[in-house]
Amino acid sequence: MTTAPMTTAPTAAGPVGPPSTTARRLLALGRAEGTLLLRNRTALFTALLLPLLLIGGRRSMLKQQAESNPGLDVDALLINGTIGGILAFVVYYNLTAAYVARRNELVLKRLRTGEARDVEILLGTAVPAVSLALLMSTLVGVGGAAVLGIGMPVNPLLLAAGIVLGIGIMIGLAAVSSAFTKTVESSGITTLPVLLLSQFGSGLLIPLEVMPERIADFCRLLPTTPAFQLIRIGWTGTDGSAAATGFGGSWSTAAPSLATGAVWLGLAAWGAVRYFRWESRR
Amino acid sequence: METSRPTRPSDSVIEVTDLHRHYGAGATAYHAVRGVDLTVGRGELFALLGTNGAGKTSTMELIEGLATPTGGSVRVFGRDPYRERAAVRPRIGIMLQEGGFPGELTVAETGRSWAGMTSGARPVEEALELVGLGHRRDVRVKQLSGGERRRLDLAMALLGRPEVLFLDEPSTGLDPEARAAVWRLVRELRAQGTTVLLTTHYLEEAEELADRLAIMHGGQVVVAGTVAEVIAGRPSRIGFELPEFTGTALPVLAGAEVTVDGRKVTVHTTGLQDTLTDLLGWARHHGIALGALDARSASLEEAFLAIASEASHQPEPEAPARPTARRRLIGSAR
Repeated sequence: MTTAPMTTAPTAAGPVGPPSTTARRLLALGRAEGTLLLRNRTALFTALLLPLLLIGGRRSMLKQQAESNPGLDVDALLINGTIGGILAFVVYYNLTAAYVARRNELVLKRLRTGEARDVEILLGTAVPAVSLALLMSTLVGVGGAAVLGIGMPVNPLLLAAGIVLGIGIMIGLAAVSSAFTKTVESSGITTLPVLLLSQFGSGLLIPLEVMPERIADFCRLLPTTPAFQLIRIGWTGTDGSAAATGFGGSWSTAAPSLATGAVWLGLAAWGAVRYFRWESRR
Repeated sequence: METSRPTRPSDSVIEVTDLHRHYGAGATAYHAVRGVDLTVGRGELFALLGTNGAGKTSTMELIEGLATPTGGSVRVFGRDPYRERAAVRPRIGIMLQEGGFPGELTVAETGRSWAGMTSGARPVEEALELVGLGHRRDVRVKQLSGGERRRLDLAMALLGRPEVLFLDEPSTGLDPEARAAVWRLVRELRAQGTTVLLTTHYLEEAEELADRLAIMHGGQVVVAGTVAEVIAGRPSRIGFELPEFTGTALPVLAGAEVTVDGRKVTVHTTGLQDTLTDLLGWARHHGIALGALDARSASLEEAFLAIASEASHQPEPEAPARPTARRRLIGSAR
């Protein structure tokens, strides 16, 4: 490889870019991370296809339960579950691997020498995952509702709150999980507990109302349950335990989920700050 | 060891006072920086030299504001670089020992993303041209050679036209041509008023570039000043081999310290000319041929080696037990 001469004078004069702002930094980080996601086939497959490939399995599992539990709204639960799956795989799983990869490449350490603050580095890295999750959820929601003939969301505010809480908690959990993950390859194992709990214990594959009451109460306390419940209540007006309500009534149904969701968001953020590792220990 | 304090420039950009840094706590605590004082004036190029684990990188990280000191204070532009990072970072550029850039991004993409995180960034093309990487803009970072990666790192540090540039071993891994080019670039930057603080284990690099330098050992600055100040007071060295039978004892060389190892003789002296005259006069008088005769003035290299060996003869204070987690970092802080 030849070395080109370094001839240009490093003059102080010349064109100067704008001041760096939080928005510009998030955009710059997100763009770079998006490019990396597009060039990583494994990550792209997990993010784009896995949540959709799981739709068939979800549907048959829900249908089976509907046989012994008449009145189960399989179609609405299917959309709810698919959106939950998108949040888990696209945001949580994909982001855990991304944090580990950037940490091991010493990218995070290098980024910290610049103007970006720590929280901007974490959120900037999450920009493509979050954007993709929002896009996919919208497509699934709109498309699914049209195909399955489900009505408009009863309380869009609760639906949005659920998605925002879900994304925030998933980012925090990814940051914590990455601290316990040595390599990108091992992230498939270290993310399993959260992935399994979020799919089986948070009302996605097994609705909470068909669980024995004690187990359901426990599952309501899991980190990802409140967000998924809010999405469901916001859309259908019920968490399945009572008849559907309207916009006004949905707030009281959602209150416990809003509270536990906020607590989990706080805990996930605290855990991310407390446990996140910026440099790999080799 | 005598420590010569640099005179404090009136317009100092970096002020470090009684700096301490511990890693870990309790029995595994490692005291990496032990009371470092430094002042770097505006437009000055200051080099930190030191043996392995001397604490150069640990000190740099504190000045850069990447970590908080255990004790003492750091001021960059009169501000705390850690607590007031928002005010300090836009005015400084940092090049770490190991660049961290995603391997799957191209050189230009890396530059663009850094420009988006840098206030008042120069055009990416310009930064790449500065380090001679303009022709590699569309190459993925993972395909760059080690030297090219170092230069990419330097280009990113230069993106924001920094007032103060921190370079942690900037020329490690570069071939001689690229190293000369980096030196030229650093000199030009300095000529335009950029303040530079660099660490290096190439003494030649410090001698070539630095206005002032400090030699660190065991977490402390052992000696600091200009190259002339650092080597002043260091003895010159004369070495030769005696023939097998001289029949004459060596002359008494005033003010010199003579070490004899078989036929090999080493003389350390502060008056090189006088001692050499005496020695050569004696040899001519007795008709003795001195083999492998070598006389050299004190150099930075000799000063450095002397400091390293003097210091390693003494047990280090507090006999540091390094926690495994830090071993790599310290080990690589050449």
